[in-house]
Amino acid sequence: METLKELFTFWQAQASKLGQQTLEHIGLTAASLLLAVLVGVPLGLLLTRRPRWAPAVLGFTGVLQTIPSIALLGFLIPVLGIGPGPAIFALFLYSLLPIIRNTLAGVQGVSPAVVEAARGLGLTDGQVLRRVELPLALPVLFAGVRTATVINVGVATLAAYIAAGGLGEFIFGGIALNNPAMILAGAIPAAGLALAFDAALAGLQRLSARKLVRVGGALLVLLPLLSGLYLLPRATGKLLAGFSPEFVGRADGLPGVRSTYHLEVPNVVIAPALVYEAAHHKDVDVIDGYSTDGRIKAYNLRVLRDDRRAFPPYFAAPVVRQRVLAEHPELQPVLEKLAGQINDSVMTELNYRVDYLHEAPRAVALEFLRKRGLWRAPQPVRGATIVLGSKIFSEQYILAEMYAALIRGYTSLDVATKTGLGGTSICFEALRNGAIDLYPEYTGTGLLVLLQPSPATLDSLHGDPKAVYQYVQQDFRRRYGLEWLAPIGFNNTYALLMRQQQAAQLGIASVSDLSRYLRK
Amino acid sequence: MPKLADSTYPAYLTNLYCSAFLSVSSPHSPVPTIRVRNLSKRYGDLAVVQDISLELAQGETLVLLGPSGCGKTTLLKMLNRLIEPSSGSVEVNGQDVRTQRPEQLRRGMGYVIQQVGLLPHYTVADNIGIVPRLLGHAPAAIAQRTEALLTRLHLPAERFAHQYPQQLSGGQQQRVGLARALAADPPIILLDEPFGALDPITRASIRREFRELDELRRKTVVLVTHDVVEAFELADRIALLDGGRIQQLGTPRELLFQPANDFVRRFFAAERLGLQLRTLRLLDILPFLPEAQTQRNAANTVETLLASATVQEALESLTNGAPATAGSSALTAASKPTNNAQEQVLSISTDALDTASYQLDLPQLMTAFGKALQQEETAWKR
Repeated sequence: METLKELFTFWQAQASKLGQQTLEHIGLTAASLLLAVLVGVPLGLLLTRRPRWAPAVLGFTGVLQTIPSIALLGFLIPVLGIGPGPAIFALFLYSLLPIIRNTLAGVQGVSPAVVEAARGLGLTDGQVLRRVELPLALPVLFAGVRTATVINVGVATLAAYIAAGGLGEFIFGGIALNNPAMILAGAIPAAGLALAFDAALAGLQRLSARKLVRVGGALLVLLPLLSGLYLLPRATGKLLAGFSPEFVGRADGLPGVRSTYHLEVPNVVIAPALVYEAAHHKDVDVIDGYSTDGRIKAYNLRVLRDDRRAFPPYFAAPVVRQRVLAEHPELQPVLEKLAGQINDSVMTELNYRVDYLHEAPRAVALEFLRKRGLWRAPQPVRGATIVLGSKIFSEQYILAEMYAALIRGYTSLDVATKTGLGGTSICFEALRNGAIDLYPEYTGTGLLVLLQPSPATLDSLHGDPKAVYQYVQQDFRRRYGLEWLAPIGFNNTYALLMRQQQAAQLGIASVSDLSRYLRK
Repeated sequence: MPKLADSTYPAYLTNLYCSAFLSVSSPHSPVPTIRVRNLSKRYGDLAVVQDISLELAQGETLVLLGPSGCGKTTLLKMLNRLIEPSSGSVEVNGQDVRTQRPEQLRRGMGYVIQQVGLLPHYTVADNIGIVPRLLGHAPAAIAQRTEALLTRLHLPAERFAHQYPQQLSGGQQQRVGLARALAADPPIILLDEPFGALDPITRASIRREFRELDELRRKTVVLVTHDVVEAFELADRIALLDGGRIQQLGTPRELLFQPANDFVRRFFAAERLGLQLRTLRLLDILPFLPEAQTQRNAANTVETLLASATVQEALESLTNGAPATAGSSALTAASKPTNNAQEQVLSISTDALDTASYQLDLPQLMTAFGKALQQEETAWKR
């Protein structure tokens, strides 16, 4: 009930967006269907004349069909990039099998006696095809188009992952934010579209062969028009932004930036894994990202300074169980050797080496410690074992390796690591129930995800890094018996990124600059 | 008793003379409408048709008869190039069919198949109009022709023209198939087991309509069947095939009384009596009748038949067999069913004016038939 109310509120608030996405969705489906019909029907007809090729062609399109849609999009990105092109192409590939197969089956299903009689009367091969085989195959052919349409409406939701729009934008935003109402806001219209198309085509299928010929012709005119719907809502502007679904939906993401900077930038939604690629390939100009991501260096991107602090601070610091600190007083000074040692660009560099140069996190961590003169040979082990945790991304692996090396070098404690613990809540619970003794956490995450204070409290913090750090430190100590040690130095928060070259050319260094440029 | 010319000479001979008379290019050696020379068809090692040669005169009806797999359908389809021969040639009106576009060739040859093959998405009228439309005939002319054909085939146009094939019975569909083949008035008609899929009663009635269709009399017809009775009823000449070869080519009478080999003899053995009844005509048995009785129009006369009627028809008439199937253009009086069969008498008129006539009852008919049969058999054996 609650969800339902949220759903209607959401639709009401996002009515124009919903309309735009629906039109885009219809456009994607229609464009891909048109292509599939234009290619699939002649190919199917060719196969009726060359039946020996049929198993190979049907086999190949069948294999295409079995490729998971998300994987198919993935394969296409290196070739076609992102945007409507690869989305329509992928949908086209999915439609091919039902259309080719049904064209072939439809023509083969025409009674051989009818074809023989027609040929015997003196119809040419072309006339037999146009006047006899094709009209009689149409009901089966239409069934194929119908199957393809329903598949396409479903798969087209994935187009949102590669910046092609459609109702998937809501769905993926909803999944990223764990917001059922938002998922339904996209899923219900998508299902409705599929049902509507299916019913419409089912109605057509029941028409007589002769009427179907006319309807088929009308569809060939209608499909390009429907495809044109896709182009209508495309906003154009000086710059195009591509944002991950979570960023678009989160209060401290795009909505926050909008209200803080009065930033109005036309944007598309892209899968989180693809936003950097999109910027790199100039598909989009502005993206969201994390300020220490290795790809910033790999793709030569510029982090726009968040001069009005729209994004909450996410300073990393080790979070340790108080009891462990009490039992091993030598531990805290060792862990704080890293405090203030790593700034944003250093962390970016380290991430880059692991993510893009594929160096081992351990090697990268040890080399960093050596360079800073922090490395010491491991001491013989005497005593207890400290269990280190980390979340499942490179930065956390690197930090865990650094802490492990420091503990081994400076104390006689043993170290075990439990890296790759899924998400924030898994790490946090592991720490609370003693499965691990410490892990690196970010102040913003501690504040917004774990403590979840009232909006009034949040406002009072003003996104001030020091205030936030003090707040989480005090509350964690009081509520959970966990201790935040001194921050490591870098702030891994949301950031708006642009290609270095373009940013320099346009003189954009901060988000305020960007907002000013767009309003010019 | 002199025999009547039109029944002793097969139709093809008479027609031969006609075409010779009309032919401009070679008045003394008429060009056959269809000439097949050394025609063979092989699929790999399998020879389906082997070295067949035959000629058809204009207006002649040739029946290709034989058991399943004898190559008769393959032979037929090589005439309109639905199947291309492995060797040999087919000429239509003196022109090799390979020099013509197959579609052009086929538009000049009506084609009827067992499964009919009406286009299910076309109405009856549209189906019939296919070939005339391909030939670019005027719509009004097509409509008129369609209506005329439907009427002639006992399918009133106002009721049937706008129906779809699936709304028709099997017999009605085959009539439409026939009308479709005739629509553009082609000089040649090819029929592949046209009545094969019909029940016996429908088959008999359509066959009769077919036989009586004026349209067809003028046309050169090639008909494929495995039904010997059908072959004897419709053929001017029969080509009996087996194993891809012609076993015998001749008139029904020749095949029946002068079989070329054991296969031919055995092929007709089961139906022999029926075929003899259908082959011998009343004028064949006249010499064996007792003294002519000139009394005319006695009260117990059931019917008056022309001398060209078959013994079978006379028999059916006398035994009051099946009025529906016995009807023919030779029937001149309505049969009156009576309970006393012995007293029924049949009149035979030997000319159109009905001046001289014979009267005979059933025992007389059968006796004369027996004698005529004996003479035929012994005549051929000598």
